Order: sequence, then structure tokens, then C-alpha cells
Amino acid sequence: MNQTLKHLLIVFGVLGVMMSIAAGLIWVERRLLGFWQDRYGPNRVGPMGVLQPLADVIKILAKEDWVPPFADKPVFILAPAIIVITVLLSFAVVPFTPGIAIANLNIGVLYFLAMSSLGVYSVALAGWSSGNKYSLIGALRASAQMISYEVFMGLSLMGVVMLAGSFNLHEIVEAQRGLWFIVPQFLGFVVFLIAGVAETHRLPFDLPEAESELVAGFHSEYSGMKFGLFFVGEYLGITLISALITTFFFGGWLGPLLPPVVWFFIKTFLFVGFFILLRAALPRPRYDQLIRIGWKLMLPLALLNIVVTGGIILAAR
Amino acid sequence: MVNVFYISAAVAVVSTMLVIVQKNVVHALLYLILSLLSVSVIFFSIGAPFVAALEIIIYAGAIMVLFVFVIMMLNLGAQSAEEERHWQTGRMWIGPSALGAALLADLVYMLVSAPPRSSFGNLSPVGPKQTGIALFGPYLVGVELASLLLLAGLIGAYHLGKPAKREERKEEDKTAWPR
Repeated sequence: MNQTLKHLLIVFGVLGVMMSIAAGLIWVERRLLGFWQDRYGPNRVGPMGVLQPLADVIKILAKEDWVPPFADKPVFILAPAIIVITVLLSFAVVPFTPGIAIANLNIGVLYFLAMSSLGVYSVALAGWSSGNKYSLIGALRASAQMISYEVFMGLSLMGVVMLAGSFNLHEIVEAQRGLWFIVPQFLGFVVFLIAGVAETHRLPFDLPEAESELVAGFHSEYSGMKFGLFFVGEYLGITLISALITTFFFGGWLGPLLPPVVWFFIKTFLFVGFFILLRAALPRPRYDQLIRIGWKLMLPLALLNIVVTGGIILAAR
Repeated sequence: MVNVFYISAAVAVVSTMLVIVQKNVVHALLYLILSLLSVSVIFFSIGAPFVAALEIIIYAGAIMVLFVFVIMMLNLGAQSAEEERHWQTGRMWIGPSALGAALLADLVYMLVSAPPRSSFGNLSPVGPKQTGIALFGPYLVGVELASLLLLAGLIGAYHLGKPAKREERKEEDKTAWPR
């Protein structure tokens, strides 16, 4: 009974923490963007504007929940839920500390890849069901981009899997006790980071949304909390990718002095901050450039990384 | 685990039937994705987590996305749903149902006549390592043949998608531009 209670606590604890982080990140992002762009950002609601997300949520819940008459209603309603569900399901395998993890799957890496590949449906179906040509173009861009970048997102992790000898995220973290995988797997890290930005379609790879040309792309027709779900899904995605970069390449919860949870969150938030800095610093590339970089540069790099890592492991044996 | 198996099996059967009955193509595809997901849960429940994950990554996550992609570009709307309604008359069910019934009878006969051997209790889970050892041990030829087939597909796709040579492109430009 005690065991069950502990599991339930962990499940709902992770759910609650992740949802509040996603909401809090909206404030963090706007403040940091303001800082980097030499302006204030939201600073009126609560101390330093911390309560801004709460005001946003109240506003967004009070908005009219409108489904366009030309939309495919069931799919239109389903689409925003898919992205939040798949990202939240991915958190099930993230080991926050040795004790705090929802599921200790021996196929953890594959589970994460499976969930992230299901996330494509959200944007593809949202764009299609909106019955709007800008949305459709956004959806086409999103699906092509995410399918392409998924391929080497998976491949870039195989070096880590080979070094750790396991798909289990716990064992991957434990294998980094001596040396974080960022050192032997630097190439894999770079490819994973870029693929991660593309998977969450954040700037500079936010071509599916591209306000300036597609008027927000796949979610043009969404309003109210349905739009809010896309927004939350995006921030959850950033948190997930940052948490996984920490787990795969930066030793997860490992670190001296401070308790493991604190280390995990410090590392994760460093990468969240990096994602936001990317948005403030880089312009968006053209779409054909994005796909060309993917297939002609990232894929060969990921394959090279696998071959070299495999060769070194075999030679050292 | 037995209950999980039966529930997901029921979902798989029902959603696969809905794939056939649905008038709207995209809705049919969504049911097909649901069916693949439930098959993946079945694999998981009988102790093959690796195969379950691959089922989602490859079928639900990659192949079906391409299907949705193509259907989205074809822009089939109310018109195709109407056509579908005309096709799905009572008479066209006779042939497929007869064939399906024959298969079902076969399956039931086999299940009834075969002695009950293994139950869920004594199945040991097959992890990624065992699957890999089996694939690159006794089934190596199959893996190599599959990779040859994929390579052939890749070369074919490259040939079809190759940009036209410069002279040809000039010819095309003359005809297509300006109008």
C-alpha cells in the first residue's frame, strides 16, 4: 500500500511540477527576451511579474472557444491534446533522481523516440483540420521537418547507447559516473541539440509557424485554451529536450555537494535558458536550407559518429 | 497483464473495422494509427517491449505520418466521402466477409484443436539485447535482404527526385515562363 502511494505521489508530483514549469517558463522566456532585447518584459503582475502566467491563463480561459465552421471538428479538437499527451508521456522515463522516476523501462530511449514521433500528428492534423491554406502549408512544413529531424535525433543517441550498453536512462546516467558523455560524444550532443530544437519547432527552426509568412501556420485557426494547449505543449517540449540533454550528455542527477534533484534542475534550466537565448539571437533560415542542412550535414555527421564510436569501442575491447 | 492484452486486442479489432467503414479518409487513417498503437500495447503485454517500441516508431510514427502527409496534399474532402458512400453498398460486403469468415473459422479451429501450451505466466520478456542477438545471428540473411530492398527503394527515389539536367530545365523554362 505504501509503495502504491509513493508511486502515485511521484506520478502526480511530476505532472504538477512539469505543468507549473511549463507555465512558469512563459514568464521566464518573456523576461529573458526583454533583458536581451534591452527592455523590461512583463513586470506588473505580482513581484517582478511572476504572476503573469496566471493572468494569461485567466484571460485565455475566458476567451470564446471557437471552432471554425469549415474545420473538421473531431480532428480539430483532438490535435492540440495529442502534443501535450505525448510530451507528458515522455516524462515517464526521465530519471530525475535515482529514486524519483515514474517508469524504469529498459527501452527508455526508444520509448522517448516513439513518443516524440507521435507528436508529429498534432501539428499535421491541426493544420489539415483547420481547412485553411496557411495552416496546411504550416502542417506540411512541420511534418517534413519533424520526420527528417527525427531520423538523426535517434541516430545521434546511438553513440550514447553504445557507450552505456543500455537503452535504460538510469543505466545511461550511472555509466557517466567517471566522465560525462559530452566529452566522448560531443558530435552526438551537437546533432541531438539541433534536432531537439527542430523537433520542438522553436526559433530558429519555427518554420511551421513563421508568423511573418504563414500567420502562425498550423495554429492560425485556434483560439482560447486549444491554442493554449499548443503553447503549453511547446514549453513542455523545451523542458523535455533540456531534461534529456542533461540525462544523455551531462550526467543527469550526478554532481558534488548539492542533492541530486537540485543538480538535475540546475542543468536542465541551463539548457532551457540556452533555448530562449537561441530565440533571441538567431534569424530563421529558409525552408529548403533547413531540410538541406538536415539531410546533407546532420545525417552524415550522426552516421560518422556511430561508426567512429563503434570502432573505438571494438578496438578498446 | 491478461486483461491488458484482451482490452488492447479488442481496441485493435474494433478500430481496424472502423478503418474499413469510415467514409472520411483522414479519419480512417486515424483509426489505423489507433489500431497500430493497440497492437504495440499487445506486444508490450506479452513481453516484447523492444518490438512494441519499434512498432510505434516505425509504423505509427513514420510510415503513417507519410500516409497522412500524402492524403493531406491530395485534399480529399466531402466529394470523396460521397464517392465512398456510393461504393460501400450492401453487396460489396459479401465477398470480403466470406473470405474473412473463412480465415476466422481457420483461426478458431486452430485455437481449439491446438493443445494449450504456454500461458502468460511463463513467458519471459524479450529485451533489446536478445532481439539484436537473434536478428544478427540466425536471421542475418533476412536483415541483409531487407536492407538490400530498402537500398533499392532509396536509389529509385533518388532517381525519380533527381533535379533535371541544366539543358532540360532551360527547355522547361521556355515553355512554362512567361505565360
